[in-house]
Amino acid sequence: MTLTLGHFLSLGAMLFALSVIGIFLNRKNLIILLMAIELMLLAVNMNFVAFSYYLGDMHGQIFVFFILTVAAAESAIGLAILVQLFRNKSNINVDELNTLKG
Amino acid sequence: MSQSLSASVLLTIALAPLVGAVVTGVFGTAFGGNRIGRVACHSLAIAGVLLAFVLSAHTLWRVAVADAHFNQTIYTWMVLGNLKMEIGFLVDGLSAMMMCVVTFVSLMVHIYTVGYMRDDDGYNRFFAYISLFTFSMLMLVMSNNLLQLFFGWEAVGLVSYLLIGFWFKRPTAIFANMKAFLVNRVGDFGFILGIGLIVAFAGTLNYTEVFAKAPELAKLAFPGTSWLLITVICICLFIGAMGKSAQFPLHVWLPDSMEGPTPISALIHAATMVTAGIFMVARMSPLFEFSDTALGFILVIGAITALFMGFLGIIQNDIKRVVAYSTLSQLGYMTVALGASAYSVAVFHLMTHAFFKALLFLAAGSVIMGVHHNQDIRWMGGLRKYMPITWITALLGSLALIGTPLFAGFYSKDSIIEAVHFSNLPGAGFAYFAVLAGVFVTAFYSFRMYFLVFHGKERFDQNPDAHHDEQHGAQHAPHESPWVVTVPLVLLAIPSVVIGFLTVQPMLHGDFFKGAIVVNAAIHPAMTELGKIFQGPLAMALHGLTTAPFWLAVAGVACAYYLYLVNPALPAAIKARVMPLYTLLENKYYLDWFNENVLARGARALGFGLWKGGDEALIDGTLVNGSWKLVALVSGVVRRFQTGYLYHYALWMILGVFVLMTYFVWR
Repeated sequence: MTLTLGHFLSLGAMLFALSVIGIFLNRKNLIILLMAIELMLLAVNMNFVAFSYYLGDMHGQIFVFFILTVAAAESAIGLAILVQLFRNKSNINVDELNTLKG
Repeated sequence: MSQSLSASVLLTIALAPLVGAVVTGVFGTAFGGNRIGRVACHSLAIAGVLLAFVLSAHTLWRVAVADAHFNQTIYTWMVLGNLKMEIGFLVDGLSAMMMCVVTFVSLMVHIYTVGYMRDDDGYNRFFAYISLFTFSMLMLVMSNNLLQLFFGWEAVGLVSYLLIGFWFKRPTAIFANMKAFLVNRVGDFGFILGIGLIVAFAGTLNYTEVFAKAPELAKLAFPGTSWLLITVICICLFIGAMGKSAQFPLHVWLPDSMEGPTPISALIHAATMVTAGIFMVARMSPLFEFSDTALGFILVIGAITALFMGFLGIIQNDIKRVVAYSTLSQLGYMTVALGASAYSVAVFHLMTHAFFKALLFLAAGSVIMGVHHNQDIRWMGGLRKYMPITWITALLGSLALIGTPLFAGFYSKDSIIEAVHFSNLPGAGFAYFAVLAGVFVTAFYSFRMYFLVFHGKERFDQNPDAHHDEQHGAQHAPHESPWVVTVPLVLLAIPSVVIGFLTVQPMLHGDFFKGAIVVNAAIHPAMTELGKIFQGPLAMALHGLTTAPFWLAVAGVACAYYLYLVNPALPAAIKARVMPLYTLLENKYYLDWFNENVLARGARALGFGLWKGGDEALIDGTLVNGSWKLVALVSGVVRRFQTGYLYHYALWMILGVFVLMTYFVWR
């Protein structure tokens, strides 16, 4: 069995779907939310790499490095916000973080 | 051979009273710190008016003898596109005569005021006002354009307002001056509409240029209608005249204006200001000649005023109000003459009326002074023994008013009646009847007042309203007024008697008004017919003895004599018999009631409705509050999407992405 582009794209789609489900189902922990977002970015990266490989274009892989960098920075900021949030509210329960409610 | 007049002389005529007014007004009152005293004030004011009178008389003489005239712009105020706003003078027979009448009566009133207002705190202020009035009136009559006419028109209205409310601590005076102001607003609105139409269609304010375009204007129709433009213009202008000259139904302010001091009732509300409307229509005669409809309207309005206001004079008991209703009636006569295209007769009556009515008012003021500020003629009587000069002059004035042959009023009033007789406009029949019946009414109320005041039993000590305090008791008998009061009476009595005899020939049948008053004799034959039967003033007086008006006047005097001297109990009996009629007259045909309850209340209700419905409900309620309520409603729905849960936002984002993707894929 050979691996085709379709397999990689399916994997990417599954990862993306998993992360979306993670965002929706997770009602407890904000960290899991961050992880789901990371996973979402990785799903996108998977698509980039797969296309890059099958189309013979290196640009896609270079783009992945940028996304990884940005994702790392974003996670750092996200975690920092999370720490502050915990200091203020003493919990990181997603269900209770609805102060944006109109 | 016509000569020109000097512009500086005309400027002096207009400005001399203004200087007097400004100096007395600023330095003679508390406004400028009372820097000059009473004597300085009245000397200055009188000097200004005297100068104006002397120069006006000189101008009139030049106009009459040397056929001089002046029509020039002195100063350009501003230019708006093609429209020039200028200050200029037009002096011809009409304005020269008006200038003389205005300054002469004003001078008499100035002198009279020295005596009449002697004990009043507002002495200096009064002189400032009447000098300002003289200036305004001169600007009005000397104007050569509609803008300056309107300026003078409003300025005399302002001074009239100030002077009616001169005793501003009396609530009735404040009510009266507000009423005069508001009623005049109605008229002035029509007037400015007329001026606006002239500007819109003739493109100029200057009389000469407007009159040159009159034949063109006469061919146009008012946009959007089939009415003749010239008719609309003339009726608008005449509505202005109705306000200022107190014609039915805008006459209601004039009787109430008697709240002001008597000298201004004589100057403003009898002799000069109220005749501004008559003057204006005569000045605009080249326009009015083109509109038979407007002339017919004028004729009917004048006839109604002449007759029905006279009736009201019969039942009044306030001496000034009797004269005021008489003024209304006489203004009606002038208006009738205007409607009959006999403009020169109207102006002639204006002049004679100015003299004898100013005389009657000043005599009434003298009587009021003589009986210690009682104005009710029921509590006078027998005053001829105590006030001989006032008595004689008032008698002469009354005789002139009722049109006794050889007196001034005879020539003008008889000419009016004849002119209406010859008029062929619709409504002339009614007008002829009205002016003829008016003669009887005029004679009746004039001599009713005359007999009640100067003859009969002495009733001045029976006034139930008079204050019988001790210090007054000693000098309770009436006394003759001081010379400053009686001299103007005598000086006004002279023209009241002779002016008609002297000037009827040149003014009505000569060419004194040539160029100033235009009559289209082919359509409006009244003046021509009048000229045919005129055979000199003496012949006219002799013929007058045989005509209906004279005998009607005699009948009026006889009725008054019988009812108020021979059989004084009869009027009360008649009054009881015709109570409904008396109530109608007592309430002045319910016009005040109508104005106050229908127009004023209606306007207030409309304003209230617009305030509540338009302002509060529509603008504030719907537009201002409605917009925030709508936003609140929409956002009340939209805010439900803002749950605050991250996963809800994410869901919406993903749904959005799906929708967009679906759209792009299946596009």
